[in-house]
Formats: sequence, structure tokens, C-alpha cells
Amino acid sequence: MTAEPENTAIPIKVTVNGVKHEAVVEPRTLLVYFLREQLALTGTHVGCDTSQCGACTIHLNGRAVKSCTILAVQANGKEITTIEGLARGDAFHPVQEGFREKHGLQCGYCTPGMIMTAAHLLETNPDPSEEEIKHALEGNLCRCTGYVNIVESVKWAAQKMGGKNVSR
Amino acid sequence: MTTEHISNGLIGASIRRVEDPLLITGKGCYVDDINLPGMLHLVVLRSLYPHAKIISIDTSAAKAIKGVVTVVTGAELPEHLNINAQVMFPGQKIPPHPVLARGAVHAPGTPVAAVVAESRAIAQDACNAIEVEYQALPSVQNAEDALKPGAPLAREELDNNICYTAVKKGGDVDKAFAQAEHIVRMHIVSPRQVALAIEPRGIAANPDPMGKSLTVWLSTQGPHRVRADLAGTLGMPENKIRLIAPDVGGGFGSKGPLYREDVLTCYFALKLRRPIKWIATRSDDFVTTIQGRDQAMTSELALKKDGTMLGLKVRVVANLGGYLQSSTAGPPQRMMAMAPGCYQIKDCHVEVVGVFTNTVPTGPYRGAGRPESVLNIERLIDKAAKDLGIDRLEIRRKNFIRPEQFPYKTGVGMEYDSGDYFKSLDKAMKLSNYQDLMRQRDERRARGEIVGVGVSTFVEPSGGAGFESGTVRIERSGDITVITGSSSHGQGHETVWAQIAAEMMKAPMDHVTVLHGDTYISQQGTGTFGSRSAVVGGGALATAAQRVIDKSKRIAAHLVEAAPEDMVQADGGFAVAGVPEKKVSWRQIAAAAYSGKIPQGMEIGLQETCFFDPRREAWGYGAHVCLVSIDRETGAPTIEKLVLVDDCGVLINPMIVEGQIHGGVAQGLGEALREQMIYAEDGQVLTGTLMNYAVMRAGDMPPLTLGETVTPNPFHPLGVKGVGEAGTNGAPPAVANAVMDALAPLGIDHIDMPYTAPKLWEAIRQAQSDRA
Repeated sequence: MTAEPENTAIPIKVTVNGVKHEAVVEPRTLLVYFLREQLALTGTHVGCDTSQCGACTIHLNGRAVKSCTILAVQANGKEITTIEGLARGDAFHPVQEGFREKHGLQCGYCTPGMIMTAAHLLETNPDPSEEEIKHALEGNLCRCTGYVNIVESVKWAAQKMGGKNVSR
Repeated sequence: MTTEHISNGLIGASIRRVEDPLLITGKGCYVDDINLPGMLHLVVLRSLYPHAKIISIDTSAAKAIKGVVTVVTGAELPEHLNINAQVMFPGQKIPPHPVLARGAVHAPGTPVAAVVAESRAIAQDACNAIEVEYQALPSVQNAEDALKPGAPLAREELDNNICYTAVKKGGDVDKAFAQAEHIVRMHIVSPRQVALAIEPRGIAANPDPMGKSLTVWLSTQGPHRVRADLAGTLGMPENKIRLIAPDVGGGFGSKGPLYREDVLTCYFALKLRRPIKWIATRSDDFVTTIQGRDQAMTSELALKKDGTMLGLKVRVVANLGGYLQSSTAGPPQRMMAMAPGCYQIKDCHVEVVGVFTNTVPTGPYRGAGRPESVLNIERLIDKAAKDLGIDRLEIRRKNFIRPEQFPYKTGVGMEYDSGDYFKSLDKAMKLSNYQDLMRQRDERRARGEIVGVGVSTFVEPSGGAGFESGTVRIERSGDITVITGSSSHGQGHETVWAQIAAEMMKAPMDHVTVLHGDTYISQQGTGTFGSRSAVVGGGALATAAQRVIDKSKRIAAHLVEAAPEDMVQADGGFAVAGVPEKKVSWRQIAAAAYSGKIPQGMEIGLQETCFFDPRREAWGYGAHVCLVSIDRETGAPTIEKLVLVDDCGVLINPMIVEGQIHGGVAQGLGEALREQMIYAEDGQVLTGTLMNYAVMRAGDMPPLTLGETVTPNPFHPLGVKGVGEAGTNGAPPAVANAVMDALAPLGIDHIDMPYTAPKLWEAIRQAQSDRA
């Protein structure tokens, strides 16, 4: 392997949590590191290096994606919501509230990814069955809760949202 | 020691967690979230060989990369930079464990060179440019193989692979076996597990400009202990290091010890006078963070024909890996200490052989010897029941330690405080509708299904490893500050400690602030592991709070000119007994305490600290029942029902207790069903990523039914026992016994966990062809 990396900076424009950003990134920079290191949005976490754990889940143009799985340059021109952009001021998103109400987190490390995945689920399926919730969370790993209360948290949020879409 | 117990309902209430608002909004602060101006990044090059000599290392290409600050190999580091293991057993061998390999590597993942660079990416590029020439040496992975004559030496500087041999015994085991009417013999292996906290390990270090002191942020379970080890290794005064555990993303035992990368980060920070960060990748974590279990147990249980247990002999071969971490030798010790489980077996002989192999070091992982021990005795007792034709509940009840026998000294010398194992088992029977479960099993079997029911009963020793500190300070305003030496990584200390303090002080919970995880804030402390925090840290807090209450009562009495014995605690402070309007608030008491309007001879101020050492462990316990079915065509097991009855004494926050049980059970089920760290015969790691190490996912969790019994700990000011490891202790043997019950009609006696579909399918196929 050659020692000298390809580091020609590439300009990108992204909207993150409603704020427009213009930045230059290395071609190899993963979206998660762009968010964490260049925009200082450290709520999006890294828990693995094989796109298994889902701690880095964000919304890209309204879809839940693992931000370690795409390059920052691929997000050019797109809209991103991170965990920091989910609440409205001091009002938690119902999924955030659900996690607190039902003890859906312990150490909190997987939590942002879990919440972003669950929020996207409820956007697309406002009244999911337990099986559908579990299926939606297949790509998010938690080592603390045994998932029991995470599933309860999502159920709580679905109920709170009245089975309806809460579009942001 | 007693505490006045006037309940305002906070102890025992499922209060929502104080910690959560930050964590659900992405505003928590984990180590990798710390970024300081001028921060450098450390990346470590690791050996791919399990055992090899290092012939040469060429770092010239790496050093030439722009942005690289330094590249260092083991030979260039001071010789005192080693990880030091605790001596736990007499004669324990402690081969060198340098922070960068010197001349040889003894486990996959061993660091051979370190790069510090301006960015993580540049450091990684530079690592990739380092050329290392190895000479592979024969390696050994399985601990029992490592004991065979002619086995490769895992540590070539030793004569054999034995690190230590230790024995715990009581009574006269030979006599017991001479009297035996039946002896059960089994060989059981607990599979090697990965702790897998979702936050990989990480550290950031910031030196003062003179390089004399350090601030360290470390993803750790015990800031004080690890600081002492770090100071020792670096050769710097302990109190020149401020060690902070920020938000910590899980630990499960694995984030207890000091690791090589911690030392390297601090060493370079001091040397270069620059802040430095090192964050493990998941791949790093798989080959460097201590792993759990991997104990092979050969046991004999002597019984009378009626099922009365007479004696127990166990020989444990414990795989320690290629290096010793501080506590690597610990789990086998725990295994020995609870070998007889919940049973009256006075004649015991338990021997452990700790063995070096060319694998990642083992150490405490949730349970840390407890699950191995429970698995062993619970498989033995089920086998005994089967052999002797006795019902498995009856044989357990026949041998249980009886409630009136507590405190009970076991055959291996441990003293259990309290319990009613009959009640726990009865409750599990009732909650699982056991008789109906058995009827269903038989009906389904008659229809050709493979179905089994399993039971486990277990103890959960908690609150060991010495002291914990607790400080309660009433501020000038009357607000209450609680400082604990314990350190949370998901257990909800900020909530639970506030509940205890607010209840004891009769104050609103939001007047209490809990501080933890910072060696510059708290007294010396020990940390969170071994199900100890509520027991030891809670005990320290309760004792300190009581001392503040006692002093405050005298101040309150002084203020209203009453006798202290006439004062009672009232909402928000104290009042004269029978005259509730004659009240003194915490604010008034605090104002008096800091202004000197206090009884003569009393010291000014209002703060108390307790170093609490329970001097005995708290023995929680429980009973689990499992219904499992196995697909005859695929071998896939399905847990259809899992009933968990736990007794952890007084519950402070039942919601958090349930969460601990859920989490422990999930890890226990992972161990039982799918998780195993596998090394190939040539020593290569086959399960080094989440692609191939199979942790439980949301859809894998069976329905859980939780129940509880409450036996207050008679030796504790709050009556609590630990619960963090209960799920990892009780669930795996319940599943194992259920799977073996399911396969018993096929003539299968024992299979080791994990019960993966291919393994069960092969066993079923083999059994069927044997019979054909």
C-alpha cells in the first residue's frame, strides 16, 4: 500500500438539522466522521467498523441510514438530521420521550442510533406491531438493555403519536 | 449499623432517570467526544500472529509521512512501561506484559508499534506503512490442550503453560466419596465470550505545559483503581493524575483494568506535551479487550440414592490468554468460591489451574466466574436427578440451604447472609405454570416435537472487592451534594444515589446532585463491577447521610432550643416531635452549620464521608425456568418461555433493577445460544468483527416473565444485594438444562454451549443415526 493518501479536498454542501454547511472533505472521509469531527455533532456515535451496530444512524433525505456506511461526499446536496436535530427546542421527540419513560437506555451509547431508527420507523409505519419494531431494529445493537425496554419505548412513542405521522 | 428509615416513597420507586435527557438528545460526552486544541491521535499496529518472534520492524516509511509526529517500537520505549498483574494466588507466574511487544508476541492483537500523528487517518496510514518481519512460533489456543505433554509453550520464557494452581476445600471429600451411592461425572466447558460494550475502549490525555501532571478521560469502570495502576506504570505521583470517567458506553467488566493503549497515550502526551487521543476500533476491541469465561470444568458429584448430595470435586482449567491483565486471574477464584451453589455440600474440593495460551487475555466479564460455577453445579444436579430418577425440583429442594440455616458457611468457606431458595423456586414454578409447562412438553413430544423444560437455581454474590466511599454535603443553600467513589456506566447512579439521599434526608430529589467518576472530586473509590455499586457504594452513601442527619438533628435542636432526642425528621428538614409547626429547614440548618450557630464543641460545616467496607458479600439468588423447542430439520432452538425470579434484597429503583436483569439475561442468552470467540487451529481469530461474532439482536429476545422475592440483606444499612450479574448467572444453565431435557429422549447426555443450530442439528443427526 502506498503511504501517501489521496487527500485532494472536495467541496460539499449539506443541510444538517436545518443549517446549511459548506465544507471541504477528504474523499475518504466517512459521513459519520464529517458530522462528528468537522461539524462537532458528537451525538452520532461509532460502535463498529463493519456497519453492524447502528450507533451512527442518522436521517439522510428522510431515510434512516448508517452514516459510517457512506462517504461525506455522497451526502453532497442532501438533507441530514442527526440526534441533535430531533427535539424541537426543549420538547423531546416522542421517541426520545419514550426512551426516557420506558427506561429504553442504560449507558446511552447506542441510544442516538436506536432513536433515529425508531423515529424513521414511525414515520413510515406509525402503528407497528412488536414484530415490526424488532425487525426495524435489527441493524441496531444494544448490549445493556436486552432490547426489552427499547421495544417498549418505541411502542410508547407510537401510542403517543396516536398512530399518526409526526413529520418534522 | 442501622439507619432511621422514614420513607417518603423514593426508595422502592421506579423513578425515571436523571441521566437520560442528555443521552437521548445526543449531548452526552463520551471519550471520543473530547476534542482539545492541538490534539494528536494514537494508532497502534498489531500483530496478526498469535505467537511469533519479531525479527525486524522498519518504521522509516511511516516516519516519512506528512503529519506523523512519532513512530515508536517496543525497543525504543522505557523498560518500565508494563502492565502489572495483581498477584492473586501464591506462586502465580507473571511473565512480562510490555505496552509494546519486545522481541515477541504472545497473542493476536499484541501492539508492536505505535504511531502518533496529527489525525487519526494519518496515523492509520503510517501504521499501514510499517514493515514487520515475524518468525511464527507454534501456538496453543485451548487451555486443556496447553496442559498436554509436548504442547507448544504459549510463553517461551516459562517451563510450562501453568500460571498457577489453587485449591479451595472443606470437610472430608474423600470420606464423602467413599460413602457415595452414586457419582455423577461431567466435563463442561463455558464458551469464551466477548464483553462487547457498544462504546469501544478509548482514552484522551492532556498534560500540563510542564509535563508534570495529566488530565485523563478514560472509558473505565473504576477511575481510582485504574489511576493508581497508571501512576505506578508511568512512575508518576498518583495525585498528579486527574482521571475522569466521562459518560461510559458500557463495560460489563472489560473496562476495569489498565490497558497498554492507556499507558501509551499518557506516555506520549507527557513526552510530546500535547493532548492525545486513542480510540479503539471495534476490530481493536475484539483482540485487545479482556474476554470472558473459557473455563473447562471436570466435576464429580457424590450423592446418596435418595439424591442427598455428599461431596463435590471440581477441577477447573481456566484459559488466561497470552498476557495477564490486572484481574485476569480473578474469575477462576470466583468460580471456586461459589462451587456448591445453593446447596448444602460441606465436603468440597475445588482446584483451578490457570493456563497461558496464545489468545486474547481473559478477565472479568459480567458474572466473572459466577456463570461458569452456576452452569457447572446446575448441570450436575440435573444429571444427578436424571441418573437417580428423582424429580429435578425435589432434588434441589432436598439439598437447598434452608432459610433457618443463614448465615450459612459453605463447604468452600464462604458465608451466605440470607435467603429463602424454596420461596424463589416456588415462585418461579407458579409464574411459569410449571405443571402445565411439563404437560405441554409431554404432549408435544408425543406429537414428535423436540421440546424441553429447564430449571436453574443460583446465587449471585455481590459487593466484594473492598470499600467504596460516599460523601454527603449540605451546601450553604441547603442543597444536597452526594459524591461517590463508585462510577456509573449505565447503571443510573445519578438517579439511584439521589433517591437514597432524598429519601433519607426527606428532601425533594431535585435538591440532590450526584457527582461521580472524577478522582479530583471524589474521595478514593473502587468502582462499578461485580454487582457491587448499590451494595457498597449505596452503603457508603447511606452511612454518610446518616451521619449528616445525626449532626443536623443536633443543630436543628440547638436552633429551636429543644433536646436533640425531641427532634424528628420532617419534610425538608426537622421538627420538634409532636409540634410539626416548630420546623427547621435544611437551609436553616446549613446556614447555622456554616456560620457557627451550632452547639458548643461541634465542628463547623456540614459534610460527612464514609468509607464503607461491608466485610462480607451480599448473596442474592434466584430461580429461572425455560421452555425450549428445537426444530428437528434445522436444529434451530427457540426459547418459548423464560421465567426469571430474582431476589436482590430491598429494591431501590425497580425499573433500573428490571433493566439490569433484562441486560444480564440477554448476555446470558447470547452465551447459551450463539456467542463464542473462536480461534482457528493456527491461532487466527475467526470471530473478530460483528460480522461473525453473533450478539443478540432485538428479534432474538424471547418473551421474558420477571418475578421477585425480597429478602432484605440483614447486614446492610439499606438491606440491598447486587443484581447486575444475576441474568448471566441464571439464564445460561436454565437454557442448557432445557436443551438437554429436549434432547434427552434422543439419548443425548450433554452438549456444551452455545447451542447453535448447526451444533444441535449435527447432534440430533448423530443420535438418530446411532439409533438406526
